Amino acid sequence: MSRFRLPGKGRVNHAETVRFSFDGKAYEGLRGDTVASALLAHGIHLMGRSFKYHRPRGPVTADSAEPNALIGTSRGPGRFEPNTRATVQELRQGLECESQNRLGSLAFDLGAVNDALHPLFPAGFYYKTFMWPRSFWDRLYEPIIRRAAGLGRAPSEVDPDIYASRYLHTDLLVVGAGPSGLMAALVAARAGARVTLVDENPEMGGAILSDPGVGIDGQPAWDWLAQTLEELASLGVRLMTRTTAIGYYHQNMIGLCEKITDHLDTIPDGAPRERMWRVRATRVVLAQGALEKPLVFHGNDRPGVMLAGAAQSYLHRWGVRVGDRAVIVTSHDSAYFTAFDLAEAGTKVVAIIDTREAPPEALRAEARARGIELLAGHTVTGTKGRLRVASVTVNPVEAGRIGDPRMLHCDCLLMSGGWTPSLHLFSHTKASLAWDEQSRTFLPGRMTEECHIAGAGRGLWGYLDALSDGAEAGAAAARALGQEAEAPTPAVAHDRAGTGESHKELPTDRTSSRVRAFIDFQNDVTAKDIRLAVREGMRSIEHVKRYTTNGMATDQGKMSSINGLMIAADAVGKAPPEVGLTTFRPPYTPTTFGAFAGYHKGATFEVTRATPIDGWAEENGAVYEPVSLWRRAWYFPQGGEDMDRAVARECRATREGVGIFDASTLGKIEVAGPDAVEFMNRMYTNPWTKLAPGRCRYGVLLGEDGYIRDDGVIGRLGPDLFHVTTTTGGAARVLNMMEDYLQTEWPDLDVWLTSTTEQWATVALNGPKARKVLEGLVEGADMSAEAMPHMSVAECRVAGFKARLFRLSFTGELGFEINVPARHGRALWEALMQAGQPHGICAYGTETMHVLRAEKGFIIIGQDTDGTVAPEDAGLGWAIGKKKPDFVGKRSLARPDLVAEGRKQLVGLLTEDGHVKLEEGAQIVFDPDQPKPMKMVGHVTSSYHSATLGRSIAMALIEGGRDRMGETVHVPMPDGVVRAKVTSTAFYDPDGDRLKL
Amino acid sequence: MLLIHCPYCDETLPEAEFAYAGEAHIIRPADPSTLTDEEWRDFLFIRSNARGPHYERWRHVHGCARFFNAVRDTVSDRFLLTYKAGEKRPDLASLGVAE
Ligand SMILES: [Zn+2]
Repeated sequence: MSRFRLPGKGRVNHAETVRFSFDGKAYEGLRGDTVASALLAHGIHLMGRSFKYHRPRGPVTADSAEPNALIGTSRGPGRFEPNTRATVQELRQGLECESQNRLGSLAFDLGAVNDALHPLFPAGFYYKTFMWPRSFWDRLYEPIIRRAAGLGRAPSEVDPDIYASRYLHTDLLVVGAGPSGLMAALVAARAGARVTLVDENPEMGGAILSDPGVGIDGQPAWDWLAQTLEELASLGVRLMTRTTAIGYYHQNMIGLCEKITDHLDTIPDGAPRERMWRVRATRVVLAQGALEKPLVFHGNDRPGVMLAGAAQSYLHRWGVRVGDRAVIVTSHDSAYFTAFDLAEAGTKVVAIIDTREAPPEALRAEARARGIELLAGHTVTGTKGRLRVASVTVNPVEAGRIGDPRMLHCDCLLMSGGWTPSLHLFSHTKASLAWDEQSRTFLPGRMTEECHIAGAGRGLWGYLDALSDGAEAGAAAARALGQEAEAPTPAVAHDRAGTGESHKELPTDRTSSRVRAFIDFQNDVTAKDIRLAVREGMRSIEHVKRYTTNGMATDQGKMSSINGLMIAADAVGKAPPEVGLTTFRPPYTPTTFGAFAGYHKGATFEVTRATPIDGWAEENGAVYEPVSLWRRAWYFPQGGEDMDRAVARECRATREGVGIFDASTLGKIEVAGPDAVEFMNRMYTNPWTKLAPGRCRYGVLLGEDGYIRDDGVIGRLGPDLFHVTTTTGGAARVLNMMEDYLQTEWPDLDVWLTSTTEQWATVALNGPKARKVLEGLVEGADMSAEAMPHMSVAECRVAGFKARLFRLSFTGELGFEINVPARHGRALWEALMQAGQPHGICAYGTETMHVLRAEKGFIIIGQDTDGTVAPEDAGLGWAIGKKKPDFVGKRSLARPDLVAEGRKQLVGLLTEDGHVKLEEGAQIVFDPDQPKPMKMVGHVTSSYHSATLGRSIAMALIEGGRDRMGETVHVPMPDGVVRAKVTSTAFYDPDGDRLKL
Repeated sequence: MLLIHCPYCDETLPEAEFAYAGEAHIIRPADPSTLTDEEWRDFLFIRSNARGPHYERWRHVHGCARFFNAVRDTVSDRFLLTYKAGEKRPDLASLGVAE
């Protein structure tokens, strides 16, 4: 039995020992312990070092607000987690944990030199110290900061755990299963509502778990709790423990993170570690209770100094006394009950220091009866003890004057600065807070959601008030749901109601520069830092927060925000509500990335679209590249080829013989209806009226601003039917844009738009031998050059399948695109491969497609254009139907800036040395000798090595580029300036002779 | 996540089914060629950027695919009303909102 454990006490299972290790040393705890309670049972308070000063720290809370006792936990490869709160992590067999932020051992931390140097680390220290010189950053400042600061160490392996996510719809969600939440759930469930009750703790009950002496409805509190949970279960209430409401979003959507396996000795096969719930609740009751505030005095962060309420929880929930000799320092009645309960359990309560002059007589009397010395109207001016508090200095305060000091020996100092409602979740809804002058705290103000707040969360104190208020909230919620409900009034015995005061720093007689009174324990922010920030000009609480980092640690200022506000308000000379609180943001407590990611990782990170021919590509060794959501065959290496060699071979084979390419990802939209041609005339720049059925045309789509949005070949299959193709990435956007105009601007047009991208598999066949491969497979269409000239389309059968056969070319060679129903895509491909074998057919990927089109100067939307390129800029002026009265973007082509001189124009670039390939995105200048910063006049959009031409080629957007043909421009690169000549973009077969086959 | 009422489906559905589509009641001129550069600029680029109730377009893109109009308060992010495309712009007074 550990020395500080009370036999048979608490809610732990004394019959079941759990073994764990801390910093390599083996310990035993009990089933139901947290790491913190188990270590405290062994008398260990020192659990970590602080962030900035490396001061020794112990747990200050018994819950999720813990700022100090942060540990790293591990359970095998990939399962290391830093910054776990020792006060929350439940013991499991074999749990390994380690302390953080130490250089050396926890007891002897070399980083503690920072503490001695604390005058060097004032508020705003990061902004002040590391400004200069620049070169010191990489060599000195950053390595030191990274080693000395930061919380914990990051995991280095892939997380092997599963994280689940689910949706939940419920009539009423109750957050917090303390007395108010339990009553709210009970009353609403009795009235017939579907209720969900969640609590972040392993068991429900909230404060009741730490106050077994209270009686409710004639029973001891714990019996009442058991009976209530039983009734809730029988009423069908969904009871969720270890479940934290992390965020409150619009229209009563609440995010819940449920921990599932962290407390288990072994992880069941396939069990998710955590589950994220997205809950939509018709009504919400927030019953999150209140958070106890520390008092602000010199040395309030020493191990052994903790919140009085925490000591009470350790005593009753885990059967652990936090010390042998306790001093209580308080400004609130609640700490008296801790003193009495500890005294009952055998801890010597040395004294109760009350900052108030006149504590309630009933409490004074009970202290007297128990022989506990009460020092009212006193302050604490310091603590001593290296790794654990050993004494506390107290002084009387009379009319603002600090009297003579007195030293009290102790091994724990339990403080209470009163309680502040936990309003984080409420604040997520952009609801307003209202300052309550009497309790000197913020209470819930105007609400923005269908929500009720009950109990200590709205400033009520004591069990009777909390239970009654919860019942009222449950009844109100049930009535809002259309149920009839009454709120019963519970009977409470031995209630623990009370009041208190709020303080800024406690009065002290120390020189202010020597006072180390902490507000934010996790970020090591002192009261002095806040006052310094105000003196240095910070007035807004948001600026004070960022300058001092108060409240910016992982606990989000749960303990520090009100104390920080009190002191900032005092320093600014304003009332606290005029200064206000900083914004609380989700998540309420630190939440794993895994829980947010859920199933979106690895292969299910996002949807991968694959074409009907993808399987063939995979079987034939394709290397893939992602193109929007598609995975596309990039190139097909053979015999250990690298990409350059494979692409050179694929290019040559296509230019000299025949190449085959899977173009199924092209967007396809069917535009049908009596007004189809009028619609096409209005959408695309080109004229469509005279395009005969059976012919196709390259179409350009602009935005209303005149810039190119998309392009593609469009075939007219009949008077009322167009087969539109779009870029692979643009398919959904183009359809959306067409639908927009059709539905909202021209609803009078009789047109139907249908996405057919996934209905057709598309195979492109290019090269001088393309017709030879294809003609034997085509039925129902004349393949001769006369009957099927370049830019025509026919409906026929290919390889036995119903097909739309286009003659077009994106390579400059004789080309065909065969569309067949998607399910026949692979069969078509294989038939073509077979027919092509005698002709040396070669499968090529997207890289070869890019090179071949660049040799011809064909643009790729989004690569050679960037959303600011007009048709004229891209050399597509010929595609404008100038006689058409209107089309989308036409008016903008006459905008002053689109007709201005010196616009960037798309041109070709040939480097002086054909072996040098320009880098895509590289900036271009006219004069490489001009002073820096140079005037950049454009950039390289596409650049490849062309096997056909035996040299590199590039395209670029250059200011006034088309007037500079033959001139030399310069591309400054890290290893020198590259000279290149401006040319036409048609590098290969500029007259298109190769299409005339 | 917001809940949005599609006036065509007559269902209130999660935001993930919808796509925002810009300010509402900006009508494309019947003959843009008659507009001055300034008028055309205003049509293209100038938007009300309201603080408070805002007339805007949404599309039930993963549902019925229809574009419709809405009044949403840009401060509270609350939808005050959704209505079909082509319906008259409702005045704010009828929604219980001061102009
Ligand atoms: Zn709809």
